[in-house]
Amino acid sequence: MSGTALRSPAARALRDAFLSALVALGIFGVMVGLRTDPGARSLVLSWHPVPVAVAVAIVFFGRLALSGWRIARPAGTAAPRRLAEGMTHAGRYVAPVFLILALTLPLYAGRYYLDLGILVLTYVMLGWGLNIVVGLAGLLDLGYVAFYAVGAYTFAIAATTFGLGFWTCLPLAGLFAAIFGVLLGFPVLRLRGDYLAIVTLAFGEIVRVVILNWVSLTGGPNGISGIPRPTLFGLTFLADGGPGSFADYFGIEPNITQRVIFLFYVILAMALLTNWVSLRLRRLPLGRAWEALREDEVACRSLGINVTVTKLTAFSIGATFGGFAGAFFATRQAFISPESFTFIESAIVLAIVVLGGLGSQLGVALAALVMIGGSEMLRGIIILGVDLVEYRMLLFGIALVVVMVLRPRGLVSGRTPSVSLGRPREISAELVAEGRG
Amino acid sequence: MTALLSLAGVTAYYGAIQALKGVDVEVNEGEIVTLIGANGAGKSTLMMTICGSPRARDGRITYDGQDITQLPTHLIMRRDIAQSPEGRRIFPRMSVYENLLMGAHGRPAAEASETMEQVFGLFPRLRERRLQRGGTLSGGEQQMLAIGRALMSRPRLLLLDEPSLGLAPLVVRQIFGAIRELNRTTGLTVLLVEQNAFQALRLAHRGYVLVNGAITMAGTGADLLARPEIRAAYLEGGH
Repeated sequence: MSGTALRSPAARALRDAFLSALVALGIFGVMVGLRTDPGARSLVLSWHPVPVAVAVAIVFFGRLALSGWRIARPAGTAAPRRLAEGMTHAGRYVAPVFLILALTLPLYAGRYYLDLGILVLTYVMLGWGLNIVVGLAGLLDLGYVAFYAVGAYTFAIAATTFGLGFWTCLPLAGLFAAIFGVLLGFPVLRLRGDYLAIVTLAFGEIVRVVILNWVSLTGGPNGISGIPRPTLFGLTFLADGGPGSFADYFGIEPNITQRVIFLFYVILAMALLTNWVSLRLRRLPLGRAWEALREDEVACRSLGINVTVTKLTAFSIGATFGGFAGAFFATRQAFISPESFTFIESAIVLAIVVLGGLGSQLGVALAALVMIGGSEMLRGIIILGVDLVEYRMLLFGIALVVVMVLRPRGLVSGRTPSVSLGRPREISAELVAEGRG
Repeated sequence: MTALLSLAGVTAYYGAIQALKGVDVEVNEGEIVTLIGANGAGKSTLMMTICGSPRARDGRITYDGQDITQLPTHLIMRRDIAQSPEGRRIFPRMSVYENLLMGAHGRPAAEASETMEQVFGLFPRLRERRLQRGGTLSGGEQQMLAIGRALMSRPRLLLLDEPSLGLAPLVVRQIFGAIRELNRTTGLTVLLVEQNAFQALRLAHRGYVLVNGAITMAGTGADLLARPEIRAAYLEGGH
C-alpha cells in the first residue's frame, strides 16, 4: 500500500496501536467483561467495564511503546545480545543453585510450597522427557500426555487389581509407556513437521477416549481411586502412624507432612534421573544420531544411520519418562480420571519445552518453574475484583508471545556441543535456528 | 577383472515418471569414474538409486560381487560405501568435530580419531574450524566437511554428488585436487557426479554421459574431452 508508506512513523504507530486496542476490546470484552454469577434461580450475566478498559488501555499503550522502541532501534539490529549471552552463561551457576534450593526446600518451606514444588517438578520431568523427543530428535509431539496417562493407568490398575506397590509398578509403567511410544512411532515414521504434529495430537486423544470408554478396565469417567502411596523400603506414610509406618519405626510423631516431603524427594530424584539420562544420551552415538536426525534426515541415511530405529528409540525413551511421571502422578493423587489427561496437558508441557529453549535442560526447568509455579502464585492476587489465577491461560499466552518476540529461540537457547576439545564453547543463540534447539 | 560397483539395466521411477531408463555403469577398484550430464538428466537419481532411495525397479546393482539392489539404505551405506550428498547436507548446528564424528557412526572411537587426523591432513581448514558450527562455514569448507564426513567411515567407494556446486573455481580446483590425491595415495574408488564436465573429465579415468536417464556415451576422460559433441554440448559456453 503506497498510502501507508507515505504516512509518518508516528501516525502509523498510532494506527497500529488503535487497531491492536480494537482487537483487544473484542477479546477482553467477552472474556473479561462478561461474567456469570450464581443468581437466585439461574446464572446471571454481569458486565464489568473497568477491567476491560484497563486491559484495552494496556494493549494500546503497550503497542505504542513497542512501535516507539522499533522506531528508535532500526530493524535488523540484534536483540539485546548481552542479556541473551548473560542468561546462557549464567546457566553454569544457576543450575547448582537451583539444585541446592530444591534439595533443601523441605527444611524451610511449608506444606503449600512443598505441594507446589511437587507439581512443578512433575512438569519439569515431563518437560525433560518431551525434550528428548522434540528438542533432541526434532519430532514434534502434541500427544505426549498419552504416555503420562498410560503410565498412570498402568500403575493404578496393577496396584488396585494385583496389589502391587509403587516401586514394583514404576518400571512397569515406564515399559508400557515405551511400548505405546513404539506404537505411535511406527505409523508416523515417514511424517515430519505439521503432519507428525496432527497424528500425535490424534494419538493423545485416542488414548484418552479409549480410557474414557473402557469402563471395565479403567472405570471410565469415574476413574480409579484408592491407589496406594509409595513406601520407603516398606515403611508407609499413613497419617495416623501405626505399626510399620515411617513415624512408628523412627519413633516420631506421625505427620502428614512427612509423606509430602517423601513424595517431594521421590519426584526430585525421578526428575534428576531424567536429566542425567538425557545428558548421558546426548554424548552417546544414539543421542548424536537424534540431533543429526533433527538437522538432516537425508544426510543421516547417507551416513548409514538407521533412521527407523533412531526415531523409535526417541519416541520410546521419551515415552518411558512420561510413563514414570504418570505413575508418580497416580501415586501422589491416589485418584486418577481421564480428566487429568486432556490435550491441554500436552500443550502445557510442549509450551514449557519451547519456552525453555528446545534442547536446553536448564531452560526447560526454568520454564516449568515460571509457568506452573508462577501461575499458581497468581492465586489470591486480586486486581479490580478479579482473581488473577482465573486468567492464567491468558497470561500463559501473553508470556509465550513476549518470549517468542524477544527471544525467539527460547529462554536458554544456546547449544553446548556434546563433544569438545578442552572447555565446551557455547554456540550462541544468534546462530541457533529459530524455533529449534 | 570384475567391477567393484556395477549397474546393469537399472531403471528408477519417481511415481509414474521414469528417471532412469536402463542404465549400465561399471566402476572398477581404484578408478575415478565421472558421470556428467545436464540438469535433470538423472545424475543424482542414479547416485541415490545406488544408495537404495529410490529403489531400482528393474536391473541389478552389485557391489563387491554382492547384489545390493533391494537392501535398505542404511545397510548399503554400512558396506564401506560412503556418499557426500548433493547440496552437501552437513549438520548446520553441530560443530565440525561432531559432524565428522557422525560420519564414523557405529565405528570404534579409537579408529574415528585416527581417521579424523587423516581428514584434517587432507583438509587442514577443517582442523582450524573444528569447534565451529557447521552452518557458519563457507560453501567450500562445507563441501570439504561433507567429503571429510563421508571419509570418516573409511570407505572403499566414495560417491560424490556435485561437489563443485556453487563454489568458486579456485575452491573447486582445491577439492578436485584433494580427490585426486586421495585416489592416488589410498587407491580410493570414486564415482563423481558433475555438471562441471571439463573439470570432472580432466580428473576422472573414465566417464559416462547421461542424457534423459540413459547413458549415451562412455570412454576415458581424455577421450570424452576430445569429442566434438561433448565440447559442443557441455564445454563450450559453459567453461
